[in-house]
Amino acid sequence: MTASTDLLLEYLPIVIFLGIAGVMAIAAIAGSYVLAPQRPDRDKIAAYECGFDAFEDARGRFDVRFYLVAILFIIFDLEVAYLFPWAVSFSEIGLYGFWSMIVFLGLLTIGFVYEWKKGALEWE
Amino acid sequence: MIIQTIMFYVLAVVTVGAGVMVIASRNPVHSVLFLILAFFNSAGLFVMMGAEFLAMILIIVYVGAVAVLFLFVVMMLNINFAELRAGFLQYLPIGGVIGIILLAELVLVFASGAIDIEVPTTVASPTPPADEITNTQALGDVLYTHYAYLFQGAGFILLIAMVGAIVLTHRRRADVRRQRITDQVARDPKATVQVTDIEPGAEGTWKSD
Repeated sequence: MTASTDLLLEYLPIVIFLGIAGVMAIAAIAGSYVLAPQRPDRDKIAAYECGFDAFEDARGRFDVRFYLVAILFIIFDLEVAYLFPWAVSFSEIGLYGFWSMIVFLGLLTIGFVYEWKKGALEWE
Repeated sequence: MIIQTIMFYVLAVVTVGAGVMVIASRNPVHSVLFLILAFFNSAGLFVMMGAEFLAMILIIVYVGAVAVLFLFVVMMLNINFAELRAGFLQYLPIGGVIGIILLAELVLVFASGAIDIEVPTTVASPTPPADEITNTQALGDVLYTHYAYLFQGAGFILLIAMVGAIVLTHRRRADVRRQRITDQVARDPKATVQVTDIEPGAEGTWKSD
């Protein structure tokens, strides 16, 4: 029980930070509601687009290329996530563990080369 | 101890509340944001169980990448969600019946004792005690050696996902002229440059291609 309590105590600063952040966010919003005079008119609450009238809905459709970038990001994100435990237990797993990771990285490098040659990383 | 209990209930209540709001909120973008809140609180619950690594991966992968992907999908689909919701009451009876059937099945499975909810103690690699070894180290000690095939399998799945995403979504756009440096460098001057003697006063004979 003491071990898990010690572990949780290490996270206490994060909880305190989250608490402070929450209090500040609520204070900023609530303060502006309480202190500032609220006299909205049609122009004040209109959408603001660099001084122009708003041309269209802000939720326009995205190009599918954003999706491609996001999905490639996830894959390399996962690759890095696999590297963390490998680095931590590097001294335990020996040569086999080392080459195991090299093969894994090699597989993803094949994908990376494919991606590069296909021009998927270029924005055009 | 009491603080731990309070933290658990705060995290659990916010997780469930955010989960309900994912379904209930009218704006799909708000749904995704509530999903991120649910992920964060689940990460907090994982930390309380001592599963630090899982909590951090949840934040890095799910909040950092998957939620962004969901946002892009929501932005790309351009579905009129108000129209989708219009049929909600119409489908409520059949949806409710299916939900009740699933719930009954789950209750039956757990009540019959067919599934042992307790974690089995005789697994191939027993969980090491948390006060001797950290989460990440315990995972790393077995993942790359004992479970090397599964690890390589994960690598293959990632490779396929990468190739599949490129094949499905990557298009060469015809309306954009790209600079191809290798083509420029490899171009033969003899094929493109033409030197012609022109007599003064004569009609120009050079042609452009």
